[in-house]
Amino acid sequence: MSGNRSIRVTAGILLAVATAALVGPWISPHDYATTNLENILSAPSLSNMHLFGTDDLGRDLFVRTMLGIRITLLVAIVASLVSLVIGVSYGAIAGFVGGRLDAAMMRFVDTLYALPFIFLVILLMVAFERNFLLIFVAIGAINWLDMARIVRGQTLSLREREFVEAARLTGVSTLKIVFRHIAPNLIGIVVVYVTLTIPQAILVESFLSFLGLGVQEPQTSLGALVDAGVKHMEGASWALLIPATLLALILLCFNFLGDGLRDLFDARHSS
Amino acid sequence: MSLLDVQGLTIRYGDETVVDGVDLFIDRGESVGLVGESGSGKSQSALAILGLLPRQAIATGSIEFDGQQILGASDSVLNTLRARRIGIVFQDPMQALNPYLRIGTQLRQIPLTHGLCEKTEIDARVIDMLASVGLPDPERQFRAYPHELSGGMRQRVMLASALIAEPDLLIADEPTTALDVTVQAQILDLLEDMRDNTALLLITHDLGIVAGHCEHTIVLDRGRLVEQGPTTSVFAAPNHAHTKTLLAAAPRVDRGDVPEPVKGSTILSVGDAVVDYRDLQAVSKVSFSVKKGETVAVVGESGSGKSSLVRAMLGLIPMASGRVVYAGSHLEGPVESRAQAPRRDLQLIFQDPVSALNPQMRVQAIVGEPLLVHEPRLNAAARAERVTEILERVGLSQKFLRRFPHELSGGQAQRVAIARALILNPRVLVCDEAVAALDGSVREQVLNVLREVQADTGLSIIFISHDLAVVRSISHRVLVMYLGRLVEMADSQSLFAAPKHPYTRALLDSVPVPDPVAVQKRAPLRGEVPSPVNPPDGCVFHPRCPKADDRCASKAPALRDFNGVRVACHYPNA
Repeated sequence: MSGNRSIRVTAGILLAVATAALVGPWISPHDYATTNLENILSAPSLSNMHLFGTDDLGRDLFVRTMLGIRITLLVAIVASLVSLVIGVSYGAIAGFVGGRLDAAMMRFVDTLYALPFIFLVILLMVAFERNFLLIFVAIGAINWLDMARIVRGQTLSLREREFVEAARLTGVSTLKIVFRHIAPNLIGIVVVYVTLTIPQAILVESFLSFLGLGVQEPQTSLGALVDAGVKHMEGASWALLIPATLLALILLCFNFLGDGLRDLFDARHSS
Repeated sequence: MSLLDVQGLTIRYGDETVVDGVDLFIDRGESVGLVGESGSGKSQSALAILGLLPRQAIATGSIEFDGQQILGASDSVLNTLRARRIGIVFQDPMQALNPYLRIGTQLRQIPLTHGLCEKTEIDARVIDMLASVGLPDPERQFRAYPHELSGGMRQRVMLASALIAEPDLLIADEPTTALDVTVQAQILDLLEDMRDNTALLLITHDLGIVAGHCEHTIVLDRGRLVEQGPTTSVFAAPNHAHTKTLLAAAPRVDRGDVPEPVKGSTILSVGDAVVDYRDLQAVSKVSFSVKKGETVAVVGESGSGKSSLVRAMLGLIPMASGRVVYAGSHLEGPVESRAQAPRRDLQLIFQDPVSALNPQMRVQAIVGEPLLVHEPRLNAAARAERVTEILERVGLSQKFLRRFPHELSGGQAQRVAIARALILNPRVLVCDEAVAALDGSVREQVLNVLREVQADTGLSIIFISHDLAVVRSISHRVLVMYLGRLVEMADSQSLFAAPKHPYTRALLDSVPVPDPVAVQKRAPLRGEVPSPVNPPDGCVFHPRCPKADDRCASKAPALRDFNGVRVACHYPNA
């Protein structure tokens, strides 16, 4: 698939999924929290508007799945923004200033890398109760490290490029060099890396939710839904298959989107 | 019957035809030069002959090697052919050698896989081969890794590997383009000496190399064969307009007008400049000055410190000691800490125009940026007018304003870089190998732009180059550097007529002359530039110098004055 087409196709799918997640619960006659013990684990059906069936408490799985997508996408996007803001500024400063500051900043990153993060997150969750905000913080805190390293490397090599030398020579101020010559040349790699960070954040969130450490009932996420579905895998396979498939679809789309964007930026820069 | 018989070779990539109906023949033992500018299809033709075209290339026509059709032949047939009958030497030996394997291991593969000799004799044969391509201490090099060798030595290894099976045809694709001129001369001599009965297809952009080393010349232009014939007649009486253009654009180091010395006031001077890198001294106490309207060339091989010298002068890298005086005031410290006036007046253009232009900016923004800094009161319309004006000056029309750098050819990109450097009307322009990456005809245009601007505005130019033939045509004065030291400084007329330093003499003699009738000299220097980490005692040039004696080995010569020519040599030429 050529870069442009894969971007259009995957962005289209993601947009459709996000729209459904926003609009779906609003259209459906059911809500996400009402239980109905007379209609538990029923199969998907159009007649009673349980499009994805119901779970073991008789809650509508369509609405819950759409809600799960909302939460999953929200976690992913917020976590990526956290990693974007911290990672890019940290990496760019380290790379551009260089010298001792760079060495100190990067050793700090190395130290954080050495901590077993998932374990730390689990401890945090246990210590501070399960807090929704904590998930954002925890996932963002993992992802900015990679981003900082990548941006630093790129900045280091950009700083030595001859067009930066030409600007220095002419008298362009350091701040303007950073904004006019360094930053625009970082955008490509940052955008690509963000689209690849999103699926990573989604996976971490799903993993935490699957372990029961993520969002709390009656709120849900795709990971939590998969976890619930696993329990009834034999009688009610839809409860597992539908959220799992959607999770996989979203992950795939983000990965393809990242690849597509990379091709796009490559094509523009190769001469 | 010819050894190689190519008929109607056409190569396409999608809709693009890169080689269009080329016919060529090579007889046994013959040497053929294939010349053309970049994009002429010369390398593509060579790849086709080797059966190495990438998959997406569509090749039609016929390539017969000794009766065997190459187009469409199976991989096993091609492999045998390539290993035993056709040798190949590429431009960049570092890419052609596997960095993880010892030299000997790589060279053994060919006789080993193709059973060219007894297994027990293979090592001896490889070492023999390494010795015959002039590698010192071949037993040791047999066990060395590619990165332990210099560029010239690696190219010798490539030559050994190409010739070890005693092929019928040797294809050399720009084999010396990445090498210094004195090493180039050695490799070309070696090519000549080693080849015996092997036919040679030498692909190059340098007409001088063809003139000196090929019996037959073929000229390609944009995929078409425009001229072929015996080298002497092609050079003496070219038929096709493109050949004439190429010949006219090929500068000669041995003849042609040399600019008269310039009389005028000194605008910039550098005194006792020293540049240190971590464990080496790149520039040792170099002094020179530039007059208003003068072009001063700085020449020398790689590692001579010529780029370090000007970069330190401009404040892009630190100068350990020494002084820079521009228009009566001292320039000190990094460029950021210098006053705006000298930053406006001293500009630099780089060798690689593509990396010198920000890929995210349009030509208009790139060229206009210096105005934002130095003439901030200019409004957008006035700025646009200035940009258009300067682009016209370097021969680019308005349609280039909206282009991105990757939409420009190499020559166009270099002109944009020159426009950016000239838009502030600088007084001194430093050109760091600014025309080295350009094709002959484009190079001539760019040099003409520089000459015109100099004539109009009295611009002074510091012209760093390894190409003495270009230097001859543009510079008023020349500094020759070797291992960070100034060895000769003279006006161009006396330097090109009678070089005083043996190194200058050798440099001049190493440049290939695009004239098959001129006497082709053997490589005047042996060996390569020593590492600046550990420079030789005494005169740094003495290990390679034909005149060196004990005095040279022990005592470094001072720079002395001989009728206005400054030379650092105990025994200068008369």
